[in-house]
Amino acid sequence: MLDLAQYESIGAALKDALDQFADETCLIESDRNRDKERLTYRDFKERARPLSKALQEAGSRAGDRAAIIMTNQSKWLISAYAIFFCGGVLVPLDFKLTPDEHWQLLRHSGATVLVTEFPIWRQLAASDGRDRAANLRTVLVTEAPPSADLAGALHWEDLRGTGDPPFVTRSRQDLATIVYSSGTGGRPKGCAMTHENYLEQCMALTSIYPFSPGMRYLSILPSNHAIDFMVGFFGPFICGATVVHLRTLRPEFVREAFPKYKITYVSLVPLVLKNLQKGLQARFDALSPGRRRIFDVLVSINKALTKRRPHLALSRVLLKQVHEAFGGELHAIIVGGAFSEPQTLQFFYDLGIPVANGYGLTEAGTAITVNDLKPFRGDTVGKPLPGMEVRIAHPDKDGIGEVMVRSKTIMSGYLDDPELTAETIVDGWLMTGDLGRFDPSGHLQLFGRKKNMIVTEEGKNIYPEDIEAAFESLPVKEFCIFAANYIWPQRSMVGEQLVLAMRFDSGQSLTEELRRDISSRNSRLLNYKRIHGVVLCDEDFPRTASLKIKRNVLAERLARLDRAAAVVPL
Amino acid sequence: MRTIEQTTQEVLDLASKHFQLPPGSLAPDDDFFKKLGIDSLQTLELLSRLENYFGIELPDYEVQGVSDFRTLASRIQSRL
Repeated sequence: MLDLAQYESIGAALKDALDQFADETCLIESDRNRDKERLTYRDFKERARPLSKALQEAGSRAGDRAAIIMTNQSKWLISAYAIFFCGGVLVPLDFKLTPDEHWQLLRHSGATVLVTEFPIWRQLAASDGRDRAANLRTVLVTEAPPSADLAGALHWEDLRGTGDPPFVTRSRQDLATIVYSSGTGGRPKGCAMTHENYLEQCMALTSIYPFSPGMRYLSILPSNHAIDFMVGFFGPFICGATVVHLRTLRPEFVREAFPKYKITYVSLVPLVLKNLQKGLQARFDALSPGRRRIFDVLVSINKALTKRRPHLALSRVLLKQVHEAFGGELHAIIVGGAFSEPQTLQFFYDLGIPVANGYGLTEAGTAITVNDLKPFRGDTVGKPLPGMEVRIAHPDKDGIGEVMVRSKTIMSGYLDDPELTAETIVDGWLMTGDLGRFDPSGHLQLFGRKKNMIVTEEGKNIYPEDIEAAFESLPVKEFCIFAANYIWPQRSMVGEQLVLAMRFDSGQSLTEELRRDISSRNSRLLNYKRIHGVVLCDEDFPRTASLKIKRNVLAERLARLDRAAAVVPL
Repeated sequence: MRTIEQTTQEVLDLASKHFQLPPGSLAPDDDFFKKLGIDSLQTLELLSRLENYFGIELPDYEVQGVSDFRTLASRIQSRL
């Protein structure tokens, strides 16, 4: 593993890793049950070199921003490395956004280069937003048919400069990435992350969950996600490990990948982990009474023997069939992006499969706390990582207050939004907006949110303001969207829902026609962005002098209503 | 060669069967997330079933952002 303390940038560390681990397998790409590609670190370097050269020949300079919109695949990582090699700033965008959202973020980020896949570009090029992102000079499209009309874009595979490109150095405080934590509506939240943020975070994480050559990480979370970028790219690469990409994320192919590639680590969002639990539970429930009794005894023995810390070798012998389904070499499942229910985490730990649960924010450079498994604690999100100062602001009588963090991994700010940056980073401390407390053993427990947002079980951050455009010109006097738990605070991090608060014109009521209108608009939103009910207000919304809705005051007013009675389901 | 109407009907029939709903209870413009109360993972399971039935491979990106049976059927039709 490289000593990242010696490095100034992501690009410099990756460059050395490609040489140091030249003969190790770097990437495996599988499409359904077919191996599509296997690359060593040397192959990876050879693939990236002509692209870096071509980018430089096309005028790419240090600090230029380049976006990637791709599903998880080898060309994502090769392109990212080429961008860092050229001293560029990577803008990793979520491929699941709509074309309109993509164009908005491409403009906001100031990207001059876009690397994308043919099916995504086909949709983007056909949408009418391109003129809004005039900053975009070069578009590279992967896997396009040779005869395809690329609307001015270039074939990624054809962009090959010749000769050795010079490596462009960057310093630790230079911008490395712009990562959108959410906010595709009126106020994009682009986290400006420095090279230092990544170098420090990677050192902290790999000190607890190290990679080494021969280890294989299954990359399922999107590569643009802060977690996958760290543990599915930068972390394994600087340790010489292997990253496995699946082009099809159907459950049956994901299941097959574990034994086929002998996976060591995988990152999942809570929703997928819970589904995995349901599937396993159904299999256990289908066992004959006799086999079930034996199985339960083995689980009890495993629980007793792993009470203080995991014993992987022992668990793999005791619960052989369960571990074989996971390939028999799984060290841990990393779960993140949203809050996981303790009973789900405990379910896996009892089977001898540790779940590395933690807590983090993109703004904090991925993880703030992580469970070190000494001992496993499913009821907490673990202890602060090395280098993280974590405090509880203004704790109440139960010790619960807003979690605040200070470390070298904290973003430098939100891109082009000094006002929001000043609200979020106060005197060097990142105000997370999440409520928590430390237990006597130093483990952080989370209890809910202070801010008006939700995080879905799929790890999506949703800011209600961003969804309001879908209800524009709704025939009511005024409306706004809230996270229900922001109005009626709950000590819970799961089951969060959005509600539409409406004020009617005089004499108006919730007719069937209006209800249909709301449902129809709602159904056009992506499923995880949909509202679950409406709340009717009996007085005008409080507004500022500039007529903006005072959301906090309105929330306080609505909080006087009984939640169960006030929320009318759609 | 199937018509788009036939493909749509077969998609509806298969989804009803997969989620154990009475025949005819689903319509082409129904939002399957809402009507079936399913999440994105269960949608992937349904897609696998549809692929096997129609004998096609439907890449994940083809169904990105699709939430109604009519559009889903049109994506399948384009690969038949």
